[in-house]
Amino acid sequence: MTQNPLLAVEDLHVDFATPKGLVEAVRGVSFSLGREKLGIVGESGSGKSVTGRAILRLVRPPGRVRAKKLEFDGTDLLGIDERAMRQIRGRHISMVMQDPKFSLNPVMTVGRQIAEAYRISGKGARRETKRRALEMLEAVRIRDPERVYRAYPHEVSGGMGQRIMIAMMLIPNPDLLIADEPTSALDVTVQLQVLAILDDLVTQRGMGLIFISHDLNLVASFCDRVLIMYGGQVLEVCDAKRLNEAKHPYTRGLLDCLPRIETGSSADLPVLRRDPAWLDQGI
Amino acid sequence: MIRVEDLSVSFGHGAAAVHAVRGISFHVAAGESFGLVGESGSGKSTVLRALSGLNPDWSGRLEMAGQTLGRQRDKAFYKQVQMVFQDPYGSLHPRHTIDRILAEPIAIHGMDEADRRINRALDEVGLGPQFRYRYPHQLSGGQRQRVAVARALILEPKILLLDEPTSALDVSVQAEVLNLLRRLKTERDLTYILVSHNLAVVAHMCGRLAVMNHGAVVEEMSVAQLRAREPVHPYTQQLLTASLGYDRAAIDRFEDFAATA
Repeated sequence: MTQNPLLAVEDLHVDFATPKGLVEAVRGVSFSLGREKLGIVGESGSGKSVTGRAILRLVRPPGRVRAKKLEFDGTDLLGIDERAMRQIRGRHISMVMQDPKFSLNPVMTVGRQIAEAYRISGKGARRETKRRALEMLEAVRIRDPERVYRAYPHEVSGGMGQRIMIAMMLIPNPDLLIADEPTSALDVTVQLQVLAILDDLVTQRGMGLIFISHDLNLVASFCDRVLIMYGGQVLEVCDAKRLNEAKHPYTRGLLDCLPRIETGSSADLPVLRRDPAWLDQGI
Repeated sequence: MIRVEDLSVSFGHGAAAVHAVRGISFHVAAGESFGLVGESGSGKSTVLRALSGLNPDWSGRLEMAGQTLGRQRDKAFYKQVQMVFQDPYGSLHPRHTIDRILAEPIAIHGMDEADRRINRALDEVGLGPQFRYRYPHQLSGGQRQRVAVARALILEPKILLLDEPTSALDVSVQAEVLNLLRRLKTERDLTYILVSHNLAVVAHMCGRLAVMNHGAVVEEMSVAQLRAREPVHPYTQQLLTASLGYDRAAIDRFEDFAATA
């Protein structure tokens, strides 16, 4: 393991040329990531998901990705060709999307999909593959892995589908996992159980995790560090434990407008007042 | 105002039958906000659909505004009881203007002064008259949910059934919509039933709530009791713990309540 960060992003821009003009989804985002849990928080349209996709070069034309530096473990991700990129995707960096309903292949059994993910990573005979796939299903706490291995995606619940996705993304043993709202379609208790699985993997395997979410409370309690995004820029970076001491008025506004169980409900919730100046305050 | 006694709803027949709601009872006084909380599949939305008449297959006894409800509901019922759905992207007709969406209930109920009512309804939910001739796709999620609220209120109902009204919205927009719903409730003296998976939203909006799991009410309590962490049922306690954020140690103690219900 090197002293260098696992991922270094400097001045990342993503633009989309649309008939109505250029849309700048990400405008100069910089951060670096070690073997830690980094949260990216923002509302819809803040550019958080596009940032995640840009790292894996999954932004399709007319989207354009530019950066001063986009380096993963010493490799310049913008400098390599598509072939080399495919070696990195899945094997070294993988991504879990929000909704298992749209991310799993509906006409392929769960087992075959996981096995495929394993074989693409370039190792193992058939029997070995199945054994590994079953192990992985067990690692994400699926009770009856043999049954799930043979099942089709529509035969499993949403929570299970998301665990299957995670199993599939983790089987090549990636160094970095980008999880884009991986649990927001799930019930709270299942959500936390899935996060616990990710948490253990970060701790045990030394994996890096980018956790993209709109849920401030969850990120504050789950991640190590948090980036707050607004209008395609990073407004603030803080220690997750100290999110409550955040200084930027946007972060404060987001925290304040959450209803809370503990406090009284007599007053109206404070409403977030957006300041146009925030759009040029990125760090 | 609302009385639910021994309500059961099941889908399918024989061995394949799914009992979505199993004999639940509760009552809501006039002017009260009552929360129904539970995870997906707990039956909370089905209760609302049975109350609103969207799901005619139920058994038990339902009473609203002094009337015992049958399978079929008449126009007078819908003038009293309206519903707001979860997804403002799905609940508004994509090819109807806001004007047409709001004019429809007025026409159905043969009410007068459509023009004035539409402008007033838009005004009340914080949308100006400039939104009147737009289409839903020209509006943000929060604006659409305001239109859905305006559509429900244009008939001047007494009871509003809210099915996860803010779970598709960003938190800052959620705050605006929740404030709007609270203001309208005071102004118009409405009675709410709010279905949500979010305990914090229910704690903010309601006075009392029932926690549902697998079609049954496990516990009914006041929000004050919830705040004081007084719930006794282990399922409610687990839900409360989970709502407070990520806690690695607590997660290992989570139980699966599906089997025991």
